[in-house]
Amino acid sequence: MGKEILRVEDVRIGFERERHSFFSGREKKEVLRGVTFSMQEGEVLGLVGESGCGKSTLSKVVLGLEKPDAGNVIHFSGRPQMVFQDPYGSLNPSRKIGWILEEPLRIRGGHSGQERREKALRMLQKVGLDEKMADRYPSQLSGGQRQRVCIGAALMMEPKLLVADEAVSALDVTIQAQIMELLLQLKEEMGLSILFISHDMRVVYQMSDRVMIMKDGRIIESGSADEVYFSPKQPYTRTLLEAAGILEERE
Amino acid sequence: MKRKKNKNLILGGTITGIMLCLIAVGFFWTPYDPEAMDSANKLAGVSFSHLMGCDNFGRDIFSRVLKGSGTTLLVALGTVAIGAFFGLLIGAFTGYFGGIADEILMRINDVLFAFPSILLALVVISLLGSGTYNVIVALGIAFIPSFARIVRSEFLRCRDMDYIRSARLMGAKSLRIMFVHILPNTVPVLLSAVMIGFNNAVLAEAGMSYLGIGVQPPDASLGRMLSEAQTYLFSAPGYAVFPGIALILLVLGFSMLAEGIREQSEAGQG
Repeated sequence: MGKEILRVEDVRIGFERERHSFFSGREKKEVLRGVTFSMQEGEVLGLVGESGCGKSTLSKVVLGLEKPDAGNVIHFSGRPQMVFQDPYGSLNPSRKIGWILEEPLRIRGGHSGQERREKALRMLQKVGLDEKMADRYPSQLSGGQRQRVCIGAALMMEPKLLVADEAVSALDVTIQAQIMELLLQLKEEMGLSILFISHDMRVVYQMSDRVMIMKDGRIIESGSADEVYFSPKQPYTRTLLEAAGILEERE
Repeated sequence: MKRKKNKNLILGGTITGIMLCLIAVGFFWTPYDPEAMDSANKLAGVSFSHLMGCDNFGRDIFSRVLKGSGTTLLVALGTVAIGAFFGLLIGAFTGYFGGIADEILMRINDVLFAFPSILLALVVISLLGSGTYNVIVALGIAFIPSFARIVRSEFLRCRDMDYIRSARLMGAKSLRIMFVHILPNTVPVLLSAVMIGFNNAVLAEAGMSYLGIGVQPPDASLGRMLSEAQTYLFSAPGYAVFPGIALILLVLGFSMLAEGIREQSEAGQG
């Protein structure tokens, strides 16, 4: 640990609201109001906040899908990849699993068909799926299996940083635990850093080394997971912990 | 669960298959020269020597139906090919990129869409002159808007899906995303559109030839034959009935096939 992998400096972004009438002026809604943080190699950084606080926008900015109005996003080791929330929308329904896993290599180029296939099959094993899955279509897989494929496809690019935006929120609790365990295991194996975004306080605590609490486009509290969860400084953090029933359990 | 038999697919495939076989035969061999006149057999009825009788010039109707179905099929295929190809390009780019170009092209599309395709084809024909190939071009142009619209809405639907976002994250170029990632997802819809377009093209060709601006005599086409037969509807009903049956079978076969393929692909996805 210790090497910086991502630095986000004072990022601001706003979106123009739909105009309600032709005569009303253009309104701008600030979504991120100066977000600054950095990530170290090999760490899992949890990002929590209620829906609408700008978590997803921040993830898009980090991935380069959305351009910030102001501020910088600096990646120190290559392109990050992403695991999406909805395992049903994130796999191309008309392509087989094997094809989906090979596609990142095809885009990057420089691999023979056989090499691609071998790598894809190895990745299937890595994410805990049978090699037979390569010839199935996404519609033939369960939600948990699909999420494993998504993780595999993202890791085919050998990224150093993985952004998981509500990656386990759509799964039921047992599958959730399995996918979280898989992420942590792959993190160790491949030296990944994970930006883990969720609204679920419990899930974030299980996953993260450090935690950031976000509210209204700002990060209001950050620190090691234990610090934030056991001695919250902000009243808002307490509210979140109470709402999740974590404080009561402790008392 | 046992899969239900797809009657549309089986029946449509059979009808279309038989028609295609007959047309293929007609390209190489017909019982009589379809343009040879025989004044002794003017408007002759159905007999063993002339299976469907003869027309007002004594030409063998069976031979002309074989040849004419071929012409009609050629026009329909050509039309759909032109319409689908350009419609696909326009629809893909406007749907994927959006923006000003999309707005402009779609408004032009709306204007073209407002005219019946026959009327639009008529304009093109009056510019190009008549003849089988000009009919193909004219109808093809008239068919572009409907294809463009269908393809555009499909690309619009797929553009913001997570799997497209993830392809973009992996560094895929726009063209690759459009034609390798999105296009396969539009195939079921596109296939139905092609089949329906094919039917419309068959009918449009028949309509144009019937109006006298399509395929020119002495070439045979199903619409041409129907228009020539209307004068003799009561004295020689077979003259109109047989080309009519051929037309119905061609359209019906392809309609059922399209419906069958759609059902099949839905069963596969679900």
